[in-house]
Amino acid sequence: MTTEILLAGFGGQGVLFAGKILAYCGLMDNKELSWLPSYGPEMRGGTANCSVCISDDPIGSPLVLAPDILVAMNQPSFDKFVNDVKSGGKIFIDSTLVESKCERDDVECYYIPSSQLAEDNALKGGSNIILLGKLLKETNLFTLDTMKKAIEKVVPPSKAHLIENNFKAIEIGMNN
Amino acid sequence: MERNLMKGNEALAEAAIRAGCKCFFGYPITPQTELAAYMSKRMHKAGGVFLQAESEIAAINMVLGAASTGVRAMTSSSSPGVSLKSEGISYLAGSDLPAVIINVQRGGPGLGGIQPSQADYWQATKALGHGDFHILVYAPASVQEMVDMVVKSFDRADKYRMPAMILADGLLGQMMEPVSFPEINAEAYDKSSWAANGHQNKREHHIINSLYLKPDELQTSVYERFERYEKIKADETDAELYLTEDCDILLCAYGATARVVKSAVNSAREIGIKAGMFRPKTLWPFPVKEINEACKSAKCLLDVEMSMGQMIDDVKLAINCSKPVHFFGRTGGIIPTPAEILEEIKKIGGAE
Amino acid sequence: MAVVFERPKSLIDVSTHYCPGCTHGIVHRLVCEVIDEMGIEGDTIGICPVGCSVMAYDYFNCDMIEAPHGRAPAVATGVKRTNPDKFVFTYQGDGDLAAIGTAETVHVATRGENIVIIFINNTIYGMTGGQMAPTTIPGQVTQTTPYGRDPELAGYPVRVCEMLSTLTGTALAQRVAVDTVPHIREAKKAIRKAFENQKEKRGLSIVEVLSTCPTNWGMSPVEAIKRLQDEMIPYYPLGVYKDVTAEGGSN
Repeated sequence: MTTEILLAGFGGQGVLFAGKILAYCGLMDNKELSWLPSYGPEMRGGTANCSVCISDDPIGSPLVLAPDILVAMNQPSFDKFVNDVKSGGKIFIDSTLVESKCERDDVECYYIPSSQLAEDNALKGGSNIILLGKLLKETNLFTLDTMKKAIEKVVPPSKAHLIENNFKAIEIGMNN
Repeated sequence: MERNLMKGNEALAEAAIRAGCKCFFGYPITPQTELAAYMSKRMHKAGGVFLQAESEIAAINMVLGAASTGVRAMTSSSSPGVSLKSEGISYLAGSDLPAVIINVQRGGPGLGGIQPSQADYWQATKALGHGDFHILVYAPASVQEMVDMVVKSFDRADKYRMPAMILADGLLGQMMEPVSFPEINAEAYDKSSWAANGHQNKREHHIINSLYLKPDELQTSVYERFERYEKIKADETDAELYLTEDCDILLCAYGATARVVKSAVNSAREIGIKAGMFRPKTLWPFPVKEINEACKSAKCLLDVEMSMGQMIDDVKLAINCSKPVHFFGRTGGIIPTPAEILEEIKKIGGAE
Repeated sequence: MAVVFERPKSLIDVSTHYCPGCTHGIVHRLVCEVIDEMGIEGDTIGICPVGCSVMAYDYFNCDMIEAPHGRAPAVATGVKRTNPDKFVFTYQGDGDLAAIGTAETVHVATRGENIVIIFINNTIYGMTGGQMAPTTIPGQVTQTTPYGRDPELAGYPVRVCEMLSTLTGTALAQRVAVDTVPHIREAKKAIRKAFENQKEKRGLSIVEVLSTCPTNWGMSPVEAIKRLQDEMIPYYPLGVYKDVTAEGGSN
């Protein structure tokens, strides 16, 4: 079974970083995985997105066209990808920045005011990780322990002091 | 072996350093930029040379200079940049110099685009510069294969004294996958009979040169090179054969496209169509005997590329046009989807 | 009897392909005298251009590499960066260095590569039969400027030493000539200084040598020397344009 995840938002929201954490979760759990970013000028302020595949078998195409899980961090990304999600899939939405509601009834949607929560908890730029916390709780894709290990791996040594903040963001996401 | 998570471009760079590459000369271009950035961080610490050249042309000629002294040298670029390097690659081939060139392909012609493409197949395998010559061309389909093929390309370049190319694409360059680095015991080839690194007053002077003004001398030199090519054609072909033993339809694809094709082949099998896949890992030399082995039971072939159809020429030649060869391709930076390819398989499978 | 004059050891004892009266032979000899005096033949790698001196690898007894047209400075960079203890020189003509290879020339200087460039300026493409060079003087007749070089149509010549002297990475930019014995002695001193600079890792040293091309100028060797003196030296003044070792000179 392959779980295909698409994370999308503005450049600078940490979409690629969040995708990396998921990819490292796969690495920690000895899964097959791939991580593929969008690249090019659209990364500056436009929509950035990133495909992550987690599987027990070798990954075919790393490009996610019909995600099982969509993480939508802004309105354009939500609009662009909401109808691509597989029937029975899950959508995690930053409801601070996405105003509309999903009209599909064959997918599960989770509205988390993650940008607001990040601000309220003094976790600047932590919206992406709050959404990951929610994803973790609702999907059982990985354990909390795995994700913590992945975060420790992804955060560069020069920013090690931010690891605790990321842990906190995960917790907030899991409890909202 | 420890699994690391790395981008294809970074894995290419790390593998090169581990394979004994002592210098990297390059020029920035999307989508291979991470390779040079990685080299700039690591190469100096590894005791080697990193230099950002003023142009692609300068970069390939710096490679020529370093390679002339017997040092393992590499450059990397993407499609438009490789066109600029073609002069130098021809000189490398004409001077019998080993070097590794990486092409992380993007769409063309002209400035084209920056999304993944396979439109440089002809350039890599048929016409990387003027004159009668070939270079070795390896086509990885995963980040792990990028590592393994870089190691191999340095070895074979030295062994046969010729340039070798890794023909990747933007998708492979940008994606991250688990990768492990094998223990490398790079064979040290003795270059003392030709390297121009200062004769120390102990031998005749060495000349690195591709100029032969007398036609018979030039012919002799080209003949000698083509004798080597024959040996390479016999010994160095490599391909993956996937579900080919009983296949009715054989899909042919290389590089990133082969990953998508494999998914489509699996889907076809699930609905009872006996599909198989032939994936060349060496594009030059083209795996002629392997494709003939792979298509034994096939009634027809379907070649899939991220181009308007370039490798398909070699597919037809290799099987001597003995079976129908269909084509499906996307170009301009669009990656074909498994669903599209499955549709194509159904169409052809139903038609014959 | 004491030997007072002989062929430099690093200059191979063969007859060259150069035309009668051509000054390449003099410059080859000067480079080889310097290599011999410094005792560096075994540690020297030379880079030939495309142009009349394309086959100089048959004359210099050190290891030699034949570069693509204009790319000798890039090839030299590759050699020097991976062999920093060796001596590396390029030997280039005006078309090679100042037209097709201008980018390589400028950047090898601005990077301050520790190499020597011997630049032969004879204001014409010799090997291809006398076309306009980047250094062809206004009014000069060549195969591709049959009515004389008209700056309106063909632009102005490049003064290479002047241009490179503006770059921080240049250690020495000096223009010399090989028309008279005093000038030849001066030229040799400049070449020696260039190789010493390389030894001391001071940066890029270029010695521009005003030379003749009797064949493509359509002159006798004597007339050619006279043209060098009457037309070239006024347009390309001899002298040191940059020398970091001189008093007040620095990078």
